[in-house]
Amino acid sequence: MKSLAFVLSILAVMGLAFWAYGENYKTQRALSEVQNLQRQIGALRETRTVLKAEWAYLNRPDRLRDLANLNFERLELVPLAPAQFGRVEQVAFPRSEPLFELIEDPVNVAALLPPAEEPQP
Amino acid sequence: MSRVPLRPLARILEARSKGENPDAIERENLRLRHEEMRDRARQRAEGRLVVLGVFFFCAFTVVGTRMGLMAASAPEEPRSFVSTSEITAQRSDIVDRNGKILATNLQTHSLYAQPPLMVDPEGAAAALAATFPDLEEEKLLKLFTGKRKFVWIKKVLSPEQQQMVHDIGEPGLLFGPREMRLYPNGALASHVLGGYGFGREGVYAAEVIGTAGVEKQFDEFLRDPAENGKPLQLSLDLTIQSAVEEILYGGMKLLNAKGAAAVLMDAYTGEIVSMASLPDFDPNDRPVPLLQGDPSDSPLFNRAVQGVYELGSTFKIFAAAQAMELGLLGPNSLVDADAPMKWGKYTIKEFENHDYGPYLSVTDVIVKSSNIGTANMALMIGQERQKQFLESLGFFEPTKVELFEAPYAKPLLPPKWSEINTITISYGHGLSASPLHLAAAYATVTNGGTKVTPTLVKKDYRIPGPRVISRETSIAARNMLRAVVTRGTASFGEVPGYMVAGKTGTADKPKPRGGYYDDKVIATFASVFPVNDPKYVLVVSLDEPVETSGSKPKRTAGWTAVPVAAEIIRRTAPLLGLAPAIEPAPADALTEG
Repeated sequence: MKSLAFVLSILAVMGLAFWAYGENYKTQRALSEVQNLQRQIGALRETRTVLKAEWAYLNRPDRLRDLANLNFERLELVPLAPAQFGRVEQVAFPRSEPLFELIEDPVNVAALLPPAEEPQP
Repeated sequence: MSRVPLRPLARILEARSKGENPDAIERENLRLRHEEMRDRARQRAEGRLVVLGVFFFCAFTVVGTRMGLMAASAPEEPRSFVSTSEITAQRSDIVDRNGKILATNLQTHSLYAQPPLMVDPEGAAAALAATFPDLEEEKLLKLFTGKRKFVWIKKVLSPEQQQMVHDIGEPGLLFGPREMRLYPNGALASHVLGGYGFGREGVYAAEVIGTAGVEKQFDEFLRDPAENGKPLQLSLDLTIQSAVEEILYGGMKLLNAKGAAAVLMDAYTGEIVSMASLPDFDPNDRPVPLLQGDPSDSPLFNRAVQGVYELGSTFKIFAAAQAMELGLLGPNSLVDADAPMKWGKYTIKEFENHDYGPYLSVTDVIVKSSNIGTANMALMIGQERQKQFLESLGFFEPTKVELFEAPYAKPLLPPKWSEINTITISYGHGLSASPLHLAAAYATVTNGGTKVTPTLVKKDYRIPGPRVISRETSIAARNMLRAVVTRGTASFGEVPGYMVAGKTGTADKPKPRGGYYDDKVIATFASVFPVNDPKYVLVVSLDEPVETSGSKPKRTAGWTAVPVAAEIIRRTAPLLGLAPAIEPAPADALTEG
């Protein structure tokens, strides 16, 4: 009886040792993963600050002004003027009834139009 | 436990037979028993002491070993928990009132050399000199072939430059990580931001420290790790700052001015929305300060804060406001304005020897900018009260704005405040102050009469300052300033929809050796808008402007500073969210007696 308990306890110690060994390695792995992730987070944060700085640099007022001037023909942007302020009362209410009656059974009258003039070459 | 009997029968009988006292035996045994008990107690106590001693020894050994280990081991970042802090740089960002970046950090590299590791010093020196135009080949070669084992070459490299140095392929050229400050908007708000430099430098890191402006003023806050990278939010608005600087630059060039300054300030909180000083500089590449000559000629000089000038007729409204506040005069009371005025050995004249006399109403004194009318008002007020009032407006001490340079810009006061000083100061001569002083004083006078302290930090709440003048006086002063724009010297200042009120000031520049220049002026326009509910105060000051479109050159503020200020208001008021409004008719036109 006594020797059986002895053998069992030895086996239990060996089992626990194996388990602790495994846990130890798992912990090490988890720690190095955390470290790796933190390094990645740090690198991403650094990238983000660089991108923020670049965004601010690309959006600097001088550059935007030059771009607006360069593309004036397309965008027609001018500085904000007092005349551009409106009041709510100046905006017309949307009409309650539709502007045009619903068109039913349309008739094609395109053929009645005089023939379009040929453009001169 | 077996006890020895105190009176063993055998010994007692024996003693009795010998005729001895048996009690002696009892005493003897008692003594022995007590000795034995004492020895046992001592032994136990000694044992306990030893145990305790061993325990303490072990405890102290553990503590000592731990301390020794902690002191001797290299520091290591904790790995087992995720920190929530977001610190990525050693210095916080600076942002404007809308959160746009004014200053941030970049990770770059510095370049250093270790000559003992070098393979081809001559080639490296030649290649470096070709890459960086500011380095000289001979000097580099001397450094590389000398006795030194370590040489700094460049404090900050761009990634392209780093690649170019990499391509040289010299093992003795090495890079260290560096954090640098970046001002993405270039010269915009350069005088406010200041600049940066490096403090203690090592191979792996260097301290980034502020050298001027808010960077220096808030150095401790920006570097404090406890703030967890919280950005410093200024009251400036980047868009408005940009518009103001653009218009001011245009105005300065058109009017051939040497320099210009503008301050746009909230009339209640004192928050500076825009502060410009031209010429300016790029804080990314801050120029070195002038070692000789006038520091105000350097682009580093902040005219809006450091430039103390005689601000001329803009001061007249203070005399008028004080006279009304004291009940000496009303807006329509008549004041003696008979020109010229004799005071002792001095003669006081109007601009271009006009004569507005014999009498002018207080409003007309301001509208026509009469020196003599103002002088007479100042004499009615008296020297002591004038001093007190100007002090309460903040003209006696440097502004409390959060700039490193501000405490050194002390207004220049007359050494002895005599009657003639009272007269000249009433129309802005003999007392020099900065445009920022003037902006704060105008805000105080026009906002309803509570003191305004200028600030560069965004305020989320509004605490009214101590009352300086009454509400009624403030409204009356505002109406006078409005009349200056509608029918006075600042007629170019009218911006439809924004009801600008303001006062011009043209002061001759003092010569360095006493006396005044005839053809050099400081033209200032101090304005407030909209007049019925003041929101912002704008001060524009031009240094030596001259308007040359007419037959003879014009230098007065009405021709120079006022149009520039009007253009600034036209551009920035919509950006500030002010909708144009129709001016209400004066309510007291019929009721006034």
